[in-house]
Amino acid sequence: MENYINLFVKSIFVDNMVFAYFLGMCSFLAVSKSVKTATGLGLAVIFVLGITVPVDYLLQNYVLKEGALTWLSKDFAGVDLSFLSFIMFIAVIASMVQLVEMVVEKYAPALYTNLGIFLPLIAVNCAILGGSLFMQQREFVNIGEATSYGLGSGVGWFLAIVAIAAIREKIQYSNVPAPLRGLGITFIITGLMGIAFMGFMGIKF
Amino acid sequence: MSDKEPLFSKKNLRLLTDPLNSKNPITVQVLGICSALAVTAQLKPAVVMSLAVMVVTAFSNFTISLLRNGIPNRIRIIVQLVVIAALVIVVDQILKAYVYDVSKQLSVFVGLIITNCIIMGRLEAFALGNKPIPAFLDGIGNGAGYGLILVIVAFFRELLGSGTLWGYHVIPASWYIDNGGWYSNNGMMILPPMALVTVGMIIWVQRSKNRDLIED
Repeated sequence: MENYINLFVKSIFVDNMVFAYFLGMCSFLAVSKSVKTATGLGLAVIFVLGITVPVDYLLQNYVLKEGALTWLSKDFAGVDLSFLSFIMFIAVIASMVQLVEMVVEKYAPALYTNLGIFLPLIAVNCAILGGSLFMQQREFVNIGEATSYGLGSGVGWFLAIVAIAAIREKIQYSNVPAPLRGLGITFIITGLMGIAFMGFMGIKF
Repeated sequence: MSDKEPLFSKKNLRLLTDPLNSKNPITVQVLGICSALAVTAQLKPAVVMSLAVMVVTAFSNFTISLLRNGIPNRIRIIVQLVVIAALVIVVDQILKAYVYDVSKQLSVFVGLIITNCIIMGRLEAFALGNKPIPAFLDGIGNGAGYGLILVIVAFFRELLGSGTLWGYHVIPASWYIDNGGWYSNNGMMILPPMALVTVGMIIWVQRSKNRDLIED
């Protein structure tokens, strides 16, 4: 249990998707103009990451990895399908997003209208594919670890986008040099926040 | 008669040069930031990454443009993803075969070319409505614009952060404090957040030169 909590906290703060790996920057910059939309998108990302990382973990360990197909027959022990992982992962993500979209539309229409176009766009948010690829690279030992990593990364991304949206709402009242307005200052603020987040390095439970 | 248009007509040339400055994918269109920042601690991976992105953008633009009249609108995203993913797999395998150390350094970021917004963005904005040859040039141009920023950022980060360029020492060894000099590397430039600040600075410089790009 301790292990899971540790991994969860670590993926929120130390290995933050935005500040440590720059994943999901495109929507991070595009959708962070108001706290409200940022919160909605952040929640959707937590949800999708929390589902796709464990699903891709199962796929990786029971289909793609070298020798992963031995549960079908002993003859497949030498089959290595890992070169297919990009296409498989992106297919899982695209279909998961589609599924989430349909479920949300059916059971929470209010949330659905709030999220609007951002829900389908999650499919091309690099934080999602990045989560699965890091999962593959780190070779987690069981699905519990993969799940807590996925959820933690989602929460980290959520925190980051809500924080930057709040700062951007305030900065509209500041006198920023004209060429830096908008995109430029957002980059620099994100950089400074990244430096602040580095203070969490080495955190452990 | 546009079919007989010369390959490097003015219009096609603009497709190549616009993305370098006034329509730069990173600093103006805000596409493809994710991978741009993560691979720029050194020059070599940055150049390899730019080439990979350029190849994938150009060929996916070309392919989608060829198929543009046959793709049903509702499933175009998944068709685009399949084309891109197939190209990225090819690039990834080539990198693993010929420059294994750089491929290890780039780690997941090669795979992340799939979700690089430059590629999707150009497919949606350009390839779906244009002929294959201009689409191909547009892909090269945008890949080059992306690469330009990557190389500038990597140049400064590697020079100031490790005192090397392309892995070779350019700061004379005798300057360093260890050898009785006055210089030491700025370790902060190696850290990820400085990439963001560097891009912010580039945007600042670019927009002071080109006032049309200023946002209000």
